[in-house]
Amino acid sequence: MPRARGTRYTAIALAFATAVALSACGARTDEESSGSAAEIDTSGDTIKVGLLNSLSGTMAISEVTVRDALLLAIDEINAAGGVLGKQIEPISEDGASDWPTFAEKSEKLIQQDHVAAVFGCWTSASRKAVLPVFEQNGSLLFYPVQYEGLEQSPNIFYTGATTNQQIIPALDYLREEGVESLYLVGSDYVFPRTANRVINAYAEEYGIEIVGEDYAPLGSTEFSTIANKVEASGADAVFNTLNGDSNVSFFREYEASGLTAESMPVMSVSIAEEEVRGIGAETLEGQLTSWNYYQTTEGEANDRFVAAYQERYGADKPTSDPMEAAYTSVHLWAAMVEAAGSFEVEDVRAAADGITFDAPEGEVTVDGETQHLYKTSRIGRIGADGLITEVWSSEGPIRPDPFLREYDWAEGLAEAAAAENE
Amino acid sequence: MTVILTQAFTGVSIGAVLLLIALGLSLTFGQMGVINMAHGEFIMAGAYTVYMLQGPIHSAGFSLLVALPVAFAVAGAMGVLLEWLLIRRLYTRPLDTLLVTWGVSLMLQQLARDLFGAPNVHTEAPDWLSGRVTLIGGDDPLTLAHARLFILGLALAAVVALTLTLRLTPLGRRIRAVVQHRDLAEASGIPTARVDRVTFLIGSGLAGLAGVALTLVGPIGPTMGTNVIIDAFLVVVVGGIGQLKGAVIAAFALGVLQSVLEYSTTVSVARVVVLVAIVAFLQWRPQGIHTVRTRSLA
Repeated sequence: MPRARGTRYTAIALAFATAVALSACGARTDEESSGSAAEIDTSGDTIKVGLLNSLSGTMAISEVTVRDALLLAIDEINAAGGVLGKQIEPISEDGASDWPTFAEKSEKLIQQDHVAAVFGCWTSASRKAVLPVFEQNGSLLFYPVQYEGLEQSPNIFYTGATTNQQIIPALDYLREEGVESLYLVGSDYVFPRTANRVINAYAEEYGIEIVGEDYAPLGSTEFSTIANKVEASGADAVFNTLNGDSNVSFFREYEASGLTAESMPVMSVSIAEEEVRGIGAETLEGQLTSWNYYQTTEGEANDRFVAAYQERYGADKPTSDPMEAAYTSVHLWAAMVEAAGSFEVEDVRAAADGITFDAPEGEVTVDGETQHLYKTSRIGRIGADGLITEVWSSEGPIRPDPFLREYDWAEGLAEAAAAENE
Repeated sequence: MTVILTQAFTGVSIGAVLLLIALGLSLTFGQMGVINMAHGEFIMAGAYTVYMLQGPIHSAGFSLLVALPVAFAVAGAMGVLLEWLLIRRLYTRPLDTLLVTWGVSLMLQQLARDLFGAPNVHTEAPDWLSGRVTLIGGDDPLTLAHARLFILGLALAAVVALTLTLRLTPLGRRIRAVVQHRDLAEASGIPTARVDRVTFLIGSGLAGLAGVALTLVGPIGPTMGTNVIIDAFLVVVVGGIGQLKGAVIAAFALGVLQSVLEYSTTVSVARVVVLVAIVAFLQWRPQGIHTVRTRSLA
């Protein structure tokens, strides 16, 4: 029957595509995993560090800019004499937007290149994939992106915001602005689900009504129904945890359904300067974001950072929060190593508490207990030029609290989320 | 009541997008039997055409209209090139065609990355497409977005134009003859190789049109083709190989089903239910909604 043939070929096509995607996980480099402390090669004049970012695939858009910021920081440190007298030699590996590849490459960096530390990862999925590798090998990862909290590995330093430095301040701001009802829109994976769990608990405590909660699959580009629901809900504001391409479609539909930043503002936690360019500033004008850093953040350290970045990569390139957190992470590691007088992971960790750096976002301090940073929270409004200007900031850096232990209303959240993730 | 109407229109407009991305494929895959995995990248080429034209042509509205024929020509030319270079050598080897065109699709994605950069690019939507039409006024108004109406109009115009071409023109007769019986057509003096190439040109050109429409609703980036290619194949397979009518019905049916389910459940659940429904449907009717009866014994 010739007619059924097409179906069969399509099925074969799908199976084939899946097989190719899976084959990337097959290859293994080095199986001599020892489980003991990582061997760091300190013999030469240089010290190697690993950069692990997606340089291809769907996440490359964001992660390439992080790699660029990491290289900038390494060059600055090298120009100033290096770390403990050694020049830093970066070894860049491509995670290819594929989580098993991240695990494989991190194993390669640790066991073959004997790097002192690895910088990178973006999605929580990639971080969770490499976490056991770093723990088994006793090596160090610096993770530069805001995330959902509820994690604290001794082998990871988290230099992006945790929940109480981004999401809770965003809710505080909306509450101050008189918002009484919220619509939650997010991508369907761990970060938005966990974030919305926190938001629901917060809303219950402060009497904010959650009038709707919708998730779209990652990469989904069909948002007309969600926009209809949001419009019909009449909420005071939207809390947006969508990631990547979906934001473009969501905001297009949001605009098409007649909503505006005045009638129903959207607070986004995954849209930074780089993303604004892809979506279009005129679509986003007036909308709100929550981060710790904007390209427009005032201060001498940021002026230097923006000037150096644009000189190196082009005057039209924006800087964003994850890039700044990545840039800061290298400087913090260098300061920790100098303070410890050693590259050994245990020595570096022991010296970490209280290390400060005059970062572009302002001074950040390492909290040795949680291995997160004290960071200032900033709410920004997107302008017609695509830059984001600060409209509100917390009074000084906020103490990191990844498990939300200091918030009574969040009691039980960490346990519930942990139980669900098991 | 208005909710139902709004959702019905949303479903129709989702269907219009599905129809546009699947229409070209229903010609190249449905009629010619070529599994062209690079069809999504032809759609991408159409979208980037809009982006390129917005540089020299400042009026967003005018550049969009100019982009329609230009995108058809650009994607069509890419299709002809692909057909001439590779596919014509592989007509009897469908699985090899699958592999080759998949490779081409990866190369085109990388080419787009090298030419336009990895991040998404942004095009301006013209003013006359950013408003809404009010059909029913009052407290509970029924309004339709201009952009969605435009896409619906474009999809219907493309279907009508394609149908008329296939039914009434000598070219259309030749295409149908080749689809129904290649050897007999050849024996009657129809240059099948040339007909194949023209068919591929039209099918790929329609992908370019779909790309122009997609700039109004979604992101423009190197991976946009991979986002739509599966949906396009689903529509063609459900619609039935070899008939435009089937693809039209399938696109709107899937669109309405998706929007109704999305409204009553969640997007992820709706997606799963639609896919399960497709599998169940194909179990019941493996040939799809409509099929051409041919004399082929294979």
